[in-house]
Amino acid sequence: MTAVLTPPRTRPAPPSAAAIGLARTGMELRLFVRDPAQVVFSFAYPIVMLLIFASVFEGEDRPGGVPFAQYFLAGIAATGIMLTSFQAVGTAIAEERDRGDLARLQTLGTPALGYFLGKAGQVLVTTVLQLALLLTVAATAFDVSLPTEPGRWLTFAWVAVGGAVAGTVLGIAVASVGSSRSVGNGISAFAVVLQFFSGVFFVFSELPPWMQEVAAVFPLKWMVQGMRSVFLPDSAAAVEPAGSWEHGTTALVLAAWVIIGLVVCARAFRWRRTA
Amino acid sequence: MTAMQTAPAAAGVRDDDAVRVRGLVKRYGGRTVVDGLDLDVRRGEVFALLGPNGAGKTTTVEVLEGVRTRDGGEVTVLGEDPARAGRAWRDRTGVVGQTTGAGNALTVRETLDHFARYHATPVPTAELLADVALAESAGTRVSRLSGGQRRRLEVALGIQGRPELLFLDEPTTGMDPVARRSFWGLVRGLRAAGTTVLLTTHYLDEAAELADRVGVLAAGRLVEVAPPAELGADLRRVATVRWTEDGAVREVVTREPAAVLRDLLAAHPAGEVPGLTVTRPDLEEVYLSLVGATATPEGEPR
Repeated sequence: MTAVLTPPRTRPAPPSAAAIGLARTGMELRLFVRDPAQVVFSFAYPIVMLLIFASVFEGEDRPGGVPFAQYFLAGIAATGIMLTSFQAVGTAIAEERDRGDLARLQTLGTPALGYFLGKAGQVLVTTVLQLALLLTVAATAFDVSLPTEPGRWLTFAWVAVGGAVAGTVLGIAVASVGSSRSVGNGISAFAVVLQFFSGVFFVFSELPPWMQEVAAVFPLKWMVQGMRSVFLPDSAAAVEPAGSWEHGTTALVLAAWVIIGLVVCARAFRWRRTA
Repeated sequence: MTAMQTAPAAAGVRDDDAVRVRGLVKRYGGRTVVDGLDLDVRRGEVFALLGPNGAGKTTTVEVLEGVRTRDGGEVTVLGEDPARAGRAWRDRTGVVGQTTGAGNALTVRETLDHFARYHATPVPTAELLADVALAESAGTRVSRLSGGQRRRLEVALGIQGRPELLFLDEPTTGMDPVARRSFWGLVRGLRAAGTTVLLTTHYLDEAAELADRVGVLAAGRLVEVAPPAELGADLRRVATVRWTEDGAVREVVTREPAAVLRDLLAAHPAGEVPGLTVTRPDLEEVYLSLVGATATPEGEPR
């Protein structure tokens, strides 16, 4: 037994939530790369979807006269973000709580904020990698011409970050209010329906109006629309519901969901299975 | 390990108790699990909460750890109410959990290095690995550890922040005898270093081996608190005198065995009393009486 186990006479304040968030980001990424199923699913799923839909609808042009692969890239990029943020985070937290990992973190005095920051950090890194891979494959294998204007890449950046943050916060929120079993199944089912409603797999303007209205409540529709504004020519804005890309509304909707999610997290986040 | 023979180093320095509980009540639904519990744990001692499953041990400890709400009573742990205490307080307490909290794909060293970053004054990983005898397994993933190794890693995580008070909830459950012995050595070392330890167990030998004082918990109340050797002192005054007479075993339960023996000897002036024994209840029998698992020798309550 070493003398270092002696409790210290004076003890500095414990590390900040930010420092723990940073430590957790590194640890979460390490766990991510050691889970082959998760790596393959996160990175290959969008590319496989792009492959399927671009092949099925090959030769069909979409609004603005763009090839289908180019139109579809917007939806697949947005849905990929939802996958690595909302779905991955919600499912992971429910599992961690079920395993007792969160109970352990609670007795350790882990600040909830530090835990959330770790999730957000992991989501941002995996999302950036996923999008980089997706865009590279789209440009090389599907001849999608990527935008050259800095303004479009700026839009891409804020839509991607906003979507990932909203997805992360809402993933935590859903895992907080739901039981562990219901969260896993519920999130996947909800995500599939939302993808259809939000115009990921179809041309949004061709969906029934009621479906468009339902989709407009949720962030995914706005993320897809924001991504269309990046990858489609400006002329394609004419067929959007409002006749424009609605960047302001997109930003507002994403911000509103982030705030709603934060409020739910602050009130409902649980370290343990039973309250 | 001579240090364990001396009084806890911290006892003279701090005069307040590490844990003070008065009238703790906890109910689940309509069921009262902890029913007016009083408990004092002194700084620097190893205190064992002993009791059968369902007696309220884990619930009590969880309230003290600040992870479970209570329905009544006053609780002070290291000078603060666990229900309201903040992170600085948590850093002064250590809890040995049932998982590492970081998934099983990390190695032992990665797990310890990661959680070191949660503490103000962490024990260096190399020291910790040596203390729990996991240095050989430092590069092994948690998923490939044996049950005993995993338990030792959880113990290492519990003491990593150099806690003033360590909670051990049934720490040796699932350990083989060798691992138990080595774990006991670790607890003695912590005590020698001045750490207060509150452990729950349903192993009598563990309580007798480790604890300065044992609190016996039955049906949500402490029925007795004493050093292990003095536990059930009243019960131990009762002796059972047995002998054989006319081919049958006779038995007298008494507080005055000498008087019974005098009578017996007088009745056997010729010599030996066949099959004569005088026994007093051992720790296990005392414990079973205390928790009401068997009838007491004289049919007394408790």
